[in-house]
Amino acid sequence: MLYATPVGAVIVTMIVGALVFSLITPPPQGFSLPPANPPPVDLSTILTSIGSHLWFGLQAVYQVFIAPLVTSYKWGDIAVKASPLILIGVGLAVGNRAAIWNIGAEGQYVVGALAGTGIGLLTQKMTGVWILPSMLVAGLIGGAVWGAIPAALKNWFNVNETLSSLMLTYVAIHLMNHLVTGPWKDPTGFSFPQTPLVTADQTLPILVPGTYVHLGIVITLVIAVIVWFLMSRSLFGFQVRVVGAAPSAARHGGFSQKATVWMVFLLSGALAGLAGIFEVTGPFGQMSLGFPQNYGFTAIIVAFLGRLNPLGVILAGIVLAITYVGGDMAQSVLQLPNASKGIFQAMLLFFLLASDILIRYRVRVVSSAPAPMPNAAVARSPAE
Amino acid sequence: MTDIAPRLGLRGITKRFPGVLANDNVSFEVKPGEIHALLGENGAGKSTLVKMIYGIMQPDAGEMLWNGERVTIASPKAARKLGIGMVFQHFSLFEALTVLENIALGMDANIPQRELEGRIRAVMTQYGLKLEPHRTVSTLSVGERQRIEIVRALLLNPKLLIMDEPTSVLTPQEVEQLFVVLRQLAKEGCSILYISHKLHEIKALCDTATILRAGRLVDTCDPKVETSRSMAEKMIGGNLKTIQKPAGREFGAEKFVVTQLSLPGAGPFGVALHDISFRVRAGEIFGIAGVAGNGQNALQLALSGEQTTSDAQAIRVDGEGVAKLDAKARRLKGIATVPEERNGHAAVPDFTLSDNSVLTGRDRLKLAISGILRPGAAKKYTSEVISSFAVKATGTEATAGSLSGGNLQKYIMGREILQRPDVLIVNQPTWGVDAGAAAAIHQALVDLAAEGSALVVISQDLDELLELCDTLAVINGGRLSRAMQVSGVDINEVGLLMGGIHGGSAPVESAAPGAIGVGATSAA
Amino acid sequence: MSIDFLISVIITVVGASTPILFAGLGELVTEKSGVLNLGVEGMMLVGAIAGFATVDMTGNPWLAVVVAAAAGAAVSMIFAVLTLSLRANQVATGLALTIFGTGLSTLIGHGYTGRPIKPFTTLFPAALANDPIGRLFFSYSPLVYFSFIMVALVAWFLSRTRGGLILRAVGENDLSAHSIGYSVIGVRYGAVAFGGAMAGIGGAAFPLVLTPLWAEGLTGGRGWIAIALVVFAGWRPGRLLIGAYFFGLLGTLELYAKASGTVFTALLPSEGWAALPYVATVIALAIISASKAGGGNAPACLSKPFTPAA
Repeated sequence: MLYATPVGAVIVTMIVGALVFSLITPPPQGFSLPPANPPPVDLSTILTSIGSHLWFGLQAVYQVFIAPLVTSYKWGDIAVKASPLILIGVGLAVGNRAAIWNIGAEGQYVVGALAGTGIGLLTQKMTGVWILPSMLVAGLIGGAVWGAIPAALKNWFNVNETLSSLMLTYVAIHLMNHLVTGPWKDPTGFSFPQTPLVTADQTLPILVPGTYVHLGIVITLVIAVIVWFLMSRSLFGFQVRVVGAAPSAARHGGFSQKATVWMVFLLSGALAGLAGIFEVTGPFGQMSLGFPQNYGFTAIIVAFLGRLNPLGVILAGIVLAITYVGGDMAQSVLQLPNASKGIFQAMLLFFLLASDILIRYRVRVVSSAPAPMPNAAVARSPAE
Repeated sequence: MTDIAPRLGLRGITKRFPGVLANDNVSFEVKPGEIHALLGENGAGKSTLVKMIYGIMQPDAGEMLWNGERVTIASPKAARKLGIGMVFQHFSLFEALTVLENIALGMDANIPQRELEGRIRAVMTQYGLKLEPHRTVSTLSVGERQRIEIVRALLLNPKLLIMDEPTSVLTPQEVEQLFVVLRQLAKEGCSILYISHKLHEIKALCDTATILRAGRLVDTCDPKVETSRSMAEKMIGGNLKTIQKPAGREFGAEKFVVTQLSLPGAGPFGVALHDISFRVRAGEIFGIAGVAGNGQNALQLALSGEQTTSDAQAIRVDGEGVAKLDAKARRLKGIATVPEERNGHAAVPDFTLSDNSVLTGRDRLKLAISGILRPGAAKKYTSEVISSFAVKATGTEATAGSLSGGNLQKYIMGREILQRPDVLIVNQPTWGVDAGAAAAIHQALVDLAAEGSALVVISQDLDELLELCDTLAVINGGRLSRAMQVSGVDINEVGLLMGGIHGGSAPVESAAPGAIGVGATSAA
Repeated sequence: MSIDFLISVIITVVGASTPILFAGLGELVTEKSGVLNLGVEGMMLVGAIAGFATVDMTGNPWLAVVVAAAAGAAVSMIFAVLTLSLRANQVATGLALTIFGTGLSTLIGHGYTGRPIKPFTTLFPAALANDPIGRLFFSYSPLVYFSFIMVALVAWFLSRTRGGLILRAVGENDLSAHSIGYSVIGVRYGAVAFGGAMAGIGGAAFPLVLTPLWAEGLTGGRGWIAIALVVFAGWRPGRLLIGAYFFGLLGTLELYAKASGTVFTALLPSEGWAALPYVATVIALAIISASKAGGGNAPACLSKPFTPAA
């Protein structure tokens, strides 16, 4: 059941999504009231209208979910988009297991990219095999540092990490805007707000010629497997799970809540930062105002859809990547605004969260012990 | 003589839950002005029965009669309309609101504050209950909080008042005060349904006792005629076993010494500890009595290492100062503790029993090496615990939350005891646990002491402490009294110490509310 | 710096603060009942496009406010059903709502970019706003005055009415409220709906009061600031008002930085001014959360799902 529900959520999203888009088929000029003298309405007009709306809805779902899968030259795109989603999603999955909500992954992604780009600008005129790895490491560190801030605020000042990490995302984006339009702007770029392109030594090797499929994708998959191993077999994984499931028990067991907060934020920040620099040294080749792609937010959905399990995150990342590619295709084929893929993505999460009750309800029925008093569940402790 | 209709009549009341028959064909009557005890151990069906009388649930079969007429009590509101009031065991109070606001919330009608205050003061005078209407509940002691519940129920002019385990949180003196109120109510014609498992209280207070066991009515008898032992045997359904304590025990050297342990209170409502000092010898069982909320939890956290202090010598094991060490380090030194809250503190409800063993046993039992878990070793240990302590569970992979209270407590005790700690501190070892499991736990504690460990037992149940312990002290307001020998102890003095001698108690300690607690759930 | 300029600044700040105030009030009531709804940004955007589209279609701003409130409340019901009836995790559901609301508003608003609408006219006749003092008090759109009334109304409701008492009780101890016989879920549904309606109005305030245009994501993170504001205000409506205006002021500084050029940008580049509200929010959260008073004021049941035993 635990692993069937994500599949169920995808299917239900496609069905409901089709209905939603049938209803909200947006007229190109926005909605308007019916004209003063409406044309006569008869059964055939109504049916045609319903039919065309439904057809639109179905087409929307097809473009977003199916078309990318059946168009082989889009597979490279899917892989490229899945990579950051998976990498960030893995970090977030760990955090969410510990009941720590890092909503600022987008900001950590941007700062990691900036850190790596900074090294790139310093080494623009140089050559060497060490340049690319040092940019990647900078990305790791940059993301980790940005993630350390909400961790510090939580540990030292008891600040809710959801709000602080989110605020920092906006700060990161403004910082990026400043650097990209100012000090780091490409002098040869015709005044476009973008950094110089990466040099040959600063580019991730391409694995499949003719596509953007880069080494970062493989590294991402390796990292996902390593994190999976950590979470299921190591004491660190146990610690994360206990802290998330029962903080008092974690303390009783000798695990430090604060240390867990640090570790989780540094890990997810670093992974997000790495994803950021992968994008710079891979498909983007530079940073510009359009750099933030909302991967940091979508990765939250990826983490949940993957049931907070790094291996599941790999699959979920591919699904969400499909919606990214599909969103582009829907835009070109149906003139559907790209942002509407957000509706599908949000619905995936809605339906997944809704299906959680099935799992919880089943667990409750199965484990009804011999003589528990319904009262016993209410009774917390005598000292209350 | 005219046949006065009973105030409340139950005929054939039956209630089923998935997997359990909570009430099986229960029938009895409560006369007007009668103080009627409902007796039974945890799990006997008392609470379910009473919830149906108060309208929280509906019976699956059977009928209820009120003053001789059939009624259906569809909701607590309907119950109150009939004239049934209830004082719950677990108070429905709102810490951040005032006494007056709390009472207003419990009323069905919307009464203007001034009028309500007047009525409250009238009730308080009539029954001798003292309360300050504008105080915030979080500043009140447990006894005072119960008074709010009682006043709330009395304002409705009840004809039947249900009291659910009212004395588990009171000092002996406060119990007497409560009895005075109840007797006065009964004299005025109000019937009282008194749920308890405390036999000597029922003998002192009640006119009739109905005994439930495993959902069935065993007997309705006169407690003034029956002995405590005969009623207890009806409750449990068998012969009572007395604990086997080895005769002529000798204690070894001092093993566990606490000296001037002080800690500030955790959070805005926490209880601070002041200069706590006591000594426990090898083989000795040291008891700490006290009414809930006087620092027991703070003390357990301080002793387990979940809270550390700056003075390492405040806690010494075999002469070595450990007070600066955290929980992990203290376990390696041989100190084990069992907190009061089973689900959420001592064990993680969603984790398997195997994983829960890793929680506390990983270092001493090598269940994790170099950061990698050893699930095979954890399973093996857990199996040992399950069989040694007769834990009823589907296996090592059962989740802790699926076990009943008694079985979970047995598992937790077993998990700690089989690690052979040098010092074991338990907080409320048998609270909410059925008599069979409680006896097993008591025996295990005695056996552990006999092997030379030093035990500290913190409990609200004075009877349990008197039976188990060699030495006794009382905790009140974060301070510990002097130690007394259990043999020959003066119960009256203990009661006074529990009540803080001057009669009042400290404000109740409660979990500190943190910032927006995203995702963190407490045990339910 | 003339009086006129100062008054203009104040008027701008009032306009900028009004959306945050509405959204914050709604979230305050929601949180007081024990529910943490992080979907404010999404609900505001839905309200914004609903209001915008209504004015575009009918030319009636009053109707637009009503429609915006209804749209916000409707969308909040998705959150309510998931978290209250299906007991889903509140944080994740709120985030999903934000993503959903953003996407939905973009989709619906797609055809409207670039088309201006008629903004809300001022409540009081223009004649009253001839002199500077008159302008200061009488030149606002009805929504601004409405926001002040709502602050007073919410404060009165929470502290003086039985309904407010029940709402607070549900947020403090849901199990106790339930055993007394109150419908915890029912109260929370109402609180969430109110929060949605207020967020919707707050979102609609953008096109109706500030700039009569539609742009994708025009709320620019104000919904998140509103949520932080509730913490910052210690869940008290009066302090919320002050906080909303403080952050409105900070947000306005960015505009003046861009307009006045070098004076401001010498201190801080324009993106720095733009980032200032967010940095300030973080600092404010740190100060408030660290102090005992701030942390201790949260409704005890906040973000915990209601799980009755029976």
